[in-house]
Amino acid sequence: MLDDSKPLFVALAEQIEDGILDGTYAEDAPVPSTNELAAFLRINPATAGKGLGLLVDAGVLVKRRGIGMFVAPGAPAALRERRRSAFAAQFIAPLLREADQLGITPDDLAGMIRKEADR
Amino acid sequence: MTAIATTGLSKHFGDVRAVDDVDIALAELRIHGLLGRNGAGKTTLMQLLTGQVFATRGTMRVLGAEPVENADVLSQTCFIQESQKYPDTFRAIDVLRIAAGAYPNWDQEYADQLVEEFRLPVKRTIKKLSRGQLSAIGIVVGLASRAPLTFFDEPYLGLDAVARRMFYDRLLADFAEHPRTVVLSTHHIDEVSNLLEHVVILDEGQVLLDADTDELQDAALTVSGRATDVDAFLAGREVLERTVLGTLATATVPGGPDAKRAALDAGLDVSPVSLQALFVHLTTANASSRATDVATV
Repeated sequence: MLDDSKPLFVALAEQIEDGILDGTYAEDAPVPSTNELAAFLRINPATAGKGLGLLVDAGVLVKRRGIGMFVAPGAPAALRERRRSAFAAQFIAPLLREADQLGITPDDLAGMIRKEADR
Repeated sequence: MTAIATTGLSKHFGDVRAVDDVDIALAELRIHGLLGRNGAGKTTLMQLLTGQVFATRGTMRVLGAEPVENADVLSQTCFIQESQKYPDTFRAIDVLRIAAGAYPNWDQEYADQLVEEFRLPVKRTIKKLSRGQLSAIGIVVGLASRAPLTFFDEPYLGLDAVARRMFYDRLLADFAEHPRTVVLSTHHIDEVSNLLEHVVILDEGQVLLDADTDELQDAALTVSGRATDVDAFLAGREVLERTVLGTLATATVPGGPDAKRAALDAGLDVSPVSLQALFVHLTTANASSRATDVATV
């Protein structure tokens, strides 16, 4: 359910970010509480709280006293921008490395991508 | 605040050092894991902390005071023992009635709900209950007592996977609503590792590891790749385990960001080590270093 190659609270924060990007949590909409997340993911509430705290620090979520956590205004766009700038390092670099090992040139690769997208 | 603090705490039975010079500080309002192999001293440590056996040496503070014969501390402490004995004529309902009188925070409604969920036949004599049903009594008492300090010593013996999961779910939910200090001793490390905020690993009576689970994510890592590359990376490092398959090798080493970066730079695959695997590595390494000590004497 959570990516176990990362610390649990980081994986949780990324999962919520994914939810914001795919529209599960809309701008200004509430996200689940610490205790709801802990119960659902079967993790310690402190860990869940740490994951949410990470997103508050990053300005993705805002705390409204006594009500809960909400997706910050502008957060979806900001997240998309941040993920875009990490895209090359995270996905394209490993793709090129693997292609190179197999003797696939960047031009071949571009052709393959186009063909796959057209399917 | 600290719920439990010990310094130099020891319990010796003749030559056996069941608990040997233990210094720990467990913060309140957390779920702590107490891990160790059979005979590591987990139960003895919990018996010391609940005043059931007397220390050979050392000091302890439980909820701010010395626990031995201290009614104030003990009334706030619930200890669910692995092999709790009950009088032969008792039924589960009798145990629950006594617990209701003994624990100031007892929640009868919650106890009734748990009895139902764990399908505990409360009116059957305890002699006729299965091992799993006996464990369920302990779980109901441990949860419904809502004691500020609750010890669960291997609370799931004989419980099937469904009931164990139910125990974890109820523990998390009730802990979230009624925060308290929980010490959970267990063998099912992988099942509980996400529930724990802090772990203490005991081995042969001594503390082998005392850390927050968040930090443990980086405590060790497993690298794999070509054996020559792996061995070059391992040069000068402490190695917890190394296995070779033909020209490929896998090794587990103590972690840290430097080790991870060095391994990635060396072109190796890096994967994290689970708490269960770390536990096995640490206790095995400890046993073999002890064996070497003996061999050189």
